[in-house]
Amino acid sequence: MFSNFLPVEEKKRSLGCLFPLTRFFIFLKVYKVKRFIPLFLFLLVIAYGANQLQAQIEILPPAPVTEVTVMDKPNDNGESIIVRWKKSLDDGAGSFSVKEYEILRSVEKDGVYNIITTSPAGSEEYIDGNTIDGKDYYYIVRTTDGVNFIDSEPTEAVRSSAQWFHRGRINMLVAAVLLSTFVLWFIRRAQRGEELYIRPIAGLKAVDEAVGRATEMGKPILFIPGIQDMDNIQTIAGIIILGRVARKAAEYEASLLVPTARSIVMTTARETVKEAFTDAGRPDLFDPDKIRYLTDAQFGYAAGVDGIMIRERPAAVFFMGAFYAESLILAETGHSVGAIQIAGTAMPAQLPFFVTACDYTLIGEEFFAASAYLSKESRLLGSLKGQDLGKAIFIGILILGSVLATLGIGWLTTLLTVGQ
Amino acid sequence: MIIQYFIPHEPFAGMQQLFNQWYLIIAAFAMILGIGNLLKIHSGRISRKTSGWGYSIVLLTGLTVMLISGLGWGIERGTFFFYLFWNLHIPMASTMFALLAFFVASASYRAFRARTIEATLLLIAAIVVMLSRVPLGGYIWSKIPFAGDWIMSYPNMAGQRAIMIGIALGTVSTSLRIILGIERTYLGGGK
Repeated sequence: MFSNFLPVEEKKRSLGCLFPLTRFFIFLKVYKVKRFIPLFLFLLVIAYGANQLQAQIEILPPAPVTEVTVMDKPNDNGESIIVRWKKSLDDGAGSFSVKEYEILRSVEKDGVYNIITTSPAGSEEYIDGNTIDGKDYYYIVRTTDGVNFIDSEPTEAVRSSAQWFHRGRINMLVAAVLLSTFVLWFIRRAQRGEELYIRPIAGLKAVDEAVGRATEMGKPILFIPGIQDMDNIQTIAGIIILGRVARKAAEYEASLLVPTARSIVMTTARETVKEAFTDAGRPDLFDPDKIRYLTDAQFGYAAGVDGIMIRERPAAVFFMGAFYAESLILAETGHSVGAIQIAGTAMPAQLPFFVTACDYTLIGEEFFAASAYLSKESRLLGSLKGQDLGKAIFIGILILGSVLATLGIGWLTTLLTVGQ
Repeated sequence: MIIQYFIPHEPFAGMQQLFNQWYLIIAAFAMILGIGNLLKIHSGRISRKTSGWGYSIVLLTGLTVMLISGLGWGIERGTFFFYLFWNLHIPMASTMFALLAFFVASASYRAFRARTIEATLLLIAAIVVMLSRVPLGGYIWSKIPFAGDWIMSYPNMAGQRAIMIGIALGTVSTSLRIILGIERTYLGGGK
């Protein structure tokens, strides 16, 4: 390489069997770089020293974690302990060398500690969910960079235990008790004969109209109680409304079809409709085969109900219960056969579809109020008034909380936060 | 169930899970009622040869084949049951789901008419949100995606939350009526 910088005569001498070191010295002599030799030696020493320092640094562990605390996990069923720490100075800062934290546990302070888990860099908490209630545990948090590690001091003894009351949910308990008190109070007032005003709901006033229309046209009424089972409050509310509609259908001598997506819903609907027909004095009109089970499958049920709509061409269709993606398929098919459609659900995602495709829609709490509204029974109407009073109070709290939060005052938000 | 929400201690802690398991077992046995009902209805249609009785044969055949193959050879991947489920049931369900696209279009065509101020606002909001979900919206105006996200995050979310609050209150009231026995219609009890 250096031969390119030499005069021709020197190049000739440098070619051939000259060793690279010899060539190097020739280079020094020719270009008078001897005076730079001390500088080169100095740089060599510096590089060597830096290399040694680097090696020293690599064998040093990262900084340990600090402020390690342990406590029994609150508001739980026991068998859980929370370990918290302040992360190492080399975690996200300093030498950036922390790879992870290892959590060690022992049943004796000076005993053998075993690693129970690892926590990634950046974490500052671990919940040990594998403890025995009433037993003492000690923890160490080990900081490691993958090669070296350093341990924190062992913590004091901690025991896990179960709590009898979830203190984070006191606010929910108070709210539930308040609302229940309002409902019961108004039920009591209604039982004493007090007149209670309930605003008219168009969808519920149209029930009579729908049943009458079906009777005049000689076509059946189709009632769909949702696709969920009886453990869903919406299905129960739907079955309650079915009872009211069935009673009207019996009075008007209209045919009532109820296809269900669950076996238990089928049996419950049968009992409800049978009782309603009996109450109306027309047990002879009750046909159990008109309340039948189709399938549990969501779209299989939708296909089955669509087929019923196309074949039977009902004059009135009721959608009362919990629905999912099949809601628009059902509602549009009902619209295409020219039926009057009344829907009610507490699924916010499906409400827009029902509002678009149906003639009347009961939105949210109107659906739950339907049974009381249709029955006109004083105790049920009283429960609606109690519910309304609770809603008024919650709206007031919402407005107050919004104003306070806007002003940066957070005590109300904290007060209303429910613990998990 | 209400108690177990507030008391995490045993025996209340595991109650919800226990009751759910009991419910699943009961629901599984209740399936027998549903199958019995299907057999009764459709065999009656076949025997009377009512309109569409051929479909009843298809239904009963499918029910029998799936039942025997599932019970006899299992339902894991590689079995006949799985083959039928994967190649018949899922495509059919997907077909029904796909119909939604056309139903959404027809429902939107009917609903989005600018007859009143509210309907006009709804129409404009729907157009903005639809455009914000496709790249075309960004090409038309760079602020459309932001406008669509704002509509979904603020007015829409506020309305949904209001509805959910009402639903929660209605649920509590209905549950209270059922628990106290004031409402017994669903039991066939009437008044």
